[in-house]
Amino acid sequence: MMRVAILGLGSVGRGVASMLAKKGLGITITGIADSKSGACDPAGLDVAAVLEKKAKTGLCGDPAVTARAVVEGGEYDVLVEVTPTDVKTAEPALTHIRTALSMGKHVVTSNKGPMALHFRDLTALAEEHGVQLRYEATVCGAIPIIQTLQHGLAGNTVHAIYGVMNGTCNYILTRMADEGLTYEQALAEARELGYAEADPTFDVKGIDAALKLVILANTVWNNGVTLKDVECTGIDLLTAEALTLAGRQNCTIRLIGEVVPEKGLLRVSPRILPKKHPLVVRDTLNAVTVVTDMAGAITEVGKGAGSVETASAVIGDLLFIKNCHVTGH
Amino acid sequence: MKIEVKDAPGQLVAALKPISDVGGNIMAVIHEWDPTLRPKTRIVQVVLDIPEERLDGLIAALKAAGVTILRLGEERLLLKRSVIMIGHLMHTDLSDTVSQIDRTGYAEVVEMHLTMPGIAQRSSALFTISATNRAHMDEAMKVLRAVAKKKDLLLVEPLEEVA
Ligand SMILES: NC(=O)c1ccc[n+]([C@@H]2O[C@H](COP(=O)([O-])OP(=O)(O)OC[C@H]3O[C@@H](n4cnc5c(N)ncnc54)[C@H](OP(=O)(O)O)[C@@H]3O)[C@@H](O)[C@H]2O)c1
Repeated sequence: MMRVAILGLGSVGRGVASMLAKKGLGITITGIADSKSGACDPAGLDVAAVLEKKAKTGLCGDPAVTARAVVEGGEYDVLVEVTPTDVKTAEPALTHIRTALSMGKHVVTSNKGPMALHFRDLTALAEEHGVQLRYEATVCGAIPIIQTLQHGLAGNTVHAIYGVMNGTCNYILTRMADEGLTYEQALAEARELGYAEADPTFDVKGIDAALKLVILANTVWNNGVTLKDVECTGIDLLTAEALTLAGRQNCTIRLIGEVVPEKGLLRVSPRILPKKHPLVVRDTLNAVTVVTDMAGAITEVGKGAGSVETASAVIGDLLFIKNCHVTGH
Repeated sequence: MKIEVKDAPGQLVAALKPISDVGGNIMAVIHEWDPTLRPKTRIVQVVLDIPEERLDGLIAALKAAGVTILRLGEERLLLKRSVIMIGHLMHTDLSDTVSQIDRTGYAEVVEMHLTMPGIAQRSSALFTISATNRAHMDEAMKVLRAVAKKKDLLLVEPLEEVA
């Protein structure tokens, strides 16, 4: 048995907890915390009871137990950090991840903040302590792009990465092209369906895609780029007419993240693509193309968000650690 | 490249035959009428796609066929790229935007579709730009980006992937 402590019991945390309980993967949850409470049991928590309590009361455990206490208590092999993204400070996730790594614990996170803002020092810290820091869920949800880059394409020289990395923008652009909606109409629809936040800035201005691009660039080239190195243009100024004009050329518009180190390119911007282009995916889907010397171009397409979809990426990381790095128990 | 042929029936065909013989792909044939030319001679610009290593063979074959090659260079490539610009296109002097590209000498706006939904609303336009080669196209894009930035227009470019 491998023991995990989970920080955050929102959409992703609940997906991870319920799938771990359901699928019998040899992983026990020994600690859990949300923003106001926490619970620990070295023998393994009753996940169903915790989830039910959370649904009923909004608390997953005892208000006297903090996330910090769960992290520092150390009754786990892997810390699963799935709390909200903070693009300015990356806190409190950053401190929790640093603490766990320094204690010699592996970390799996879905949180873009710490990985995009502090990639190099966190990976260095993990290495120093001989533990794994994995973050598959931070980029393109269920798509195993980090595994692809680190393992599947090992030995390749990566020339470029292009991708549709934000499902909210992709949904809006799909609807504008299909129905001739204005940006405002398509955004309102995305909100109604729960695809866009009340404050959509983070998505529509391309910041979310830029964070993912930074994580991908660091994964491949370890080049230390951060958010401020990304040239970023969002989709909020696009017009219905622009999509019609593109459509008449058998093309459409997508928000594309693009990193080509040989050309010094690190950019998120709306781009014109032929409708048949592999990156032209529909609705909230994500897609990413990697261009390498040996493999040529490889494109992966899949769901970029969702509770269980994101849990798939987190659990993949956990099993990678379990199979390759945790012995005994 | 530009080639010169005599204005006699069958001459053009004779001039083009060596191109297909060496596996070249003729993309466009443009006739130029130049009154200053010798009578019975005309200039034909041939845009073709041919592997670099076969070019010397082609030149020899054309010469043998009595065709004069006037100019040969990178300019044999005609590239087109469409971009979309969004913003207050009219208020920011659309004709100046276009002429900034045309003025480069190596690229020009060959097509434009403009939609204006209403007064004071942002308009959208699709520009098709033609340039003689890739480097010139990239330069034209740089010019356009600078113009867009200065005039506060949103420029939507096509995705150009590395091979
Ligand atoms: N949702 C997706 O599909 C998706 C996909 C990829 C990546 N991500 C990333 O995954 C992370 C989690 O996303 P989510 O959608 O699950 O968010 P969410 O639904 O908002 O849930 C966040 C959870 O974190 C808890 N939390 C907040 N501050 C905390 C703190 N200081 N200490 C401990 N717990 C704290 C919240 O507690 P309360 O319950 O008490 O409020 C909540 O349970 C984010 O970084 C997000 O960007 C999400």
